[in-house]
Amino acid sequence: MAEEPTITASTRDTTGSRGSRLLGVATLVGLAVLGVLAFVLTDPDVRIHPSTGDEFGQFDAVRMLYVHVPLAAMTYLAYGLCAVASLGVLIRRTPWWDVTAHAAAEVGTVFCGLVLVTGSIWGRPVWNTWWEWGDVRLMTTLVLFLMFAGYLALRRTTGDPRTVSRRAAVVALIAVLDLPLVNRSVEWWENRTLHQQSTLGELKIEDLTLFTLMLGFLVLGMVLAWLLLHRFRVGWLERAALDHSVAAAIAERRGETPDEELRRAVGDSPAAREGFDENDRDGDPEAGRP
Amino acid sequence: MSVLRTVLGDIRLVAARDLRIEVRSRVVLDQVLPFAVLVLVLFGFALDADHRTLRTFAPGLFWVTVLLSALLAIGRSASLDATDGTGTSLRMSGLSPVARYLGRTVAVLVQLLVLEVVLVGGIVVLYGVSVDDWLLLVVAGVVAGVAVAAAGTLYGALASGLGARETLLPILVLPVLAPVLIGATRAFDDALGVAAVDGWAWTGLLAVAALVLTVVGASAHGALVED
Repeated sequence: MAEEPTITASTRDTTGSRGSRLLGVATLVGLAVLGVLAFVLTDPDVRIHPSTGDEFGQFDAVRMLYVHVPLAAMTYLAYGLCAVASLGVLIRRTPWWDVTAHAAAEVGTVFCGLVLVTGSIWGRPVWNTWWEWGDVRLMTTLVLFLMFAGYLALRRTTGDPRTVSRRAAVVALIAVLDLPLVNRSVEWWENRTLHQQSTLGELKIEDLTLFTLMLGFLVLGMVLAWLLLHRFRVGWLERAALDHSVAAAIAERRGETPDEELRRAVGDSPAAREGFDENDRDGDPEAGRP
Repeated sequence: MSVLRTVLGDIRLVAARDLRIEVRSRVVLDQVLPFAVLVLVLFGFALDADHRTLRTFAPGLFWVTVLLSALLAIGRSASLDATDGTGTSLRMSGLSPVARYLGRTVAVLVQLLVLEVVLVGGIVVLYGVSVDDWLLLVVAGVVAGVAVAAAGTLYGALASGLGARETLLPILVLPVLAPVLIGATRAFDDALGVAAVDGWAWTGLLAVAALVLTVVGASAHGALVED
């Protein structure tokens, strides 16, 4: 009988590293600072009506800006990375691209879900509704989320991993065609959306508001990087474990085959035995792996 | 020119093969069409057989029924090559992936058009709608059918051979077809006279979607069937 397979010989047994721990600590500090700035120190959106003198605006609901907008930007980034990695899967066909694409899609879908949730929470006090069917940006974002939910479902199917990765790459490349529609929808369908057009380019938001928003981009970017790093390493370990278990199963099967049976199957000469082993090595799942 | 003629011949060959199998097995006729009519009837029960409500929402109900029924036809089409090494034989036949994709798309489109004709009859009879603009109805129906067939054929190939194919296909293809559902419903709103919208503008958008889906499908199909 072969020995019990272990994966510690050629791979790491943790997804953490000194660098990722430092990044994690910095991200936690950043999230705390962002929380204080966004929910305590920045001013609520309160304006005075010039003729009636009444207060109006988004009040405390505007604080969702510091989370919702950076989350949306990081969703674009993650799905963009997934698209690039998916191209890499189709062109280079190496596991590195495949694991990167999977990690980016999974983390991007978490971010996209959070965009929808935070947007809904923000929309309730500001638009007086949790959900607006007529809003093109909302609809295109939902479709994007659903397409990547399908991508992740495809990833979980059983089948040859190489086939699954190539098909997933095609699904991802089609899904990201929706990204420009999400991003430009407020300009292209300005009368069919409740979202306002971007004011970042014109810097219409000022002082602590702008600083907090920029900090939100930075901190949520760090969250994205930390999650991607760990999800990538989990994916790499999964792949190593799969390859190792297949190799161990083959070794175990060879160990169970009596020599007499093997000789009958491949002939008795040393040359025939060698030829059998050589052919068998061609099917080694480790072949071509990094 | 001869290359184009060869590709067109290959497309016709694949489409004719798929349609011949369909005519002989009668799966669309015996199963998909009855299912589609059943869905129309169930909508009627769910909306309490209220003719005014059914007339108002007939375009949306029509296209939801088409999409649900199309899933069955697409799944059936994608499964044709799954047995007896047919897929391998096709791959080794020398037919280009583009011709195989377009041929299969044409076959699915023909089945969808038959389905749509039956369902138009269904909503006229069961929901009491009347057609205001037959030309718009036909053009929008054909263009939306091309979009559904193009996306369906691509995703059918994509899901084939994988575990849980039957449940995977709807999850993958329905989000992609959501814009087609919106455009086709708006175009039918105009054609059936239930809403004041510009149906031809929506049909134009549908044509763009159909073109994009067909080009993407033809381009990506090679990468899928290479497995």
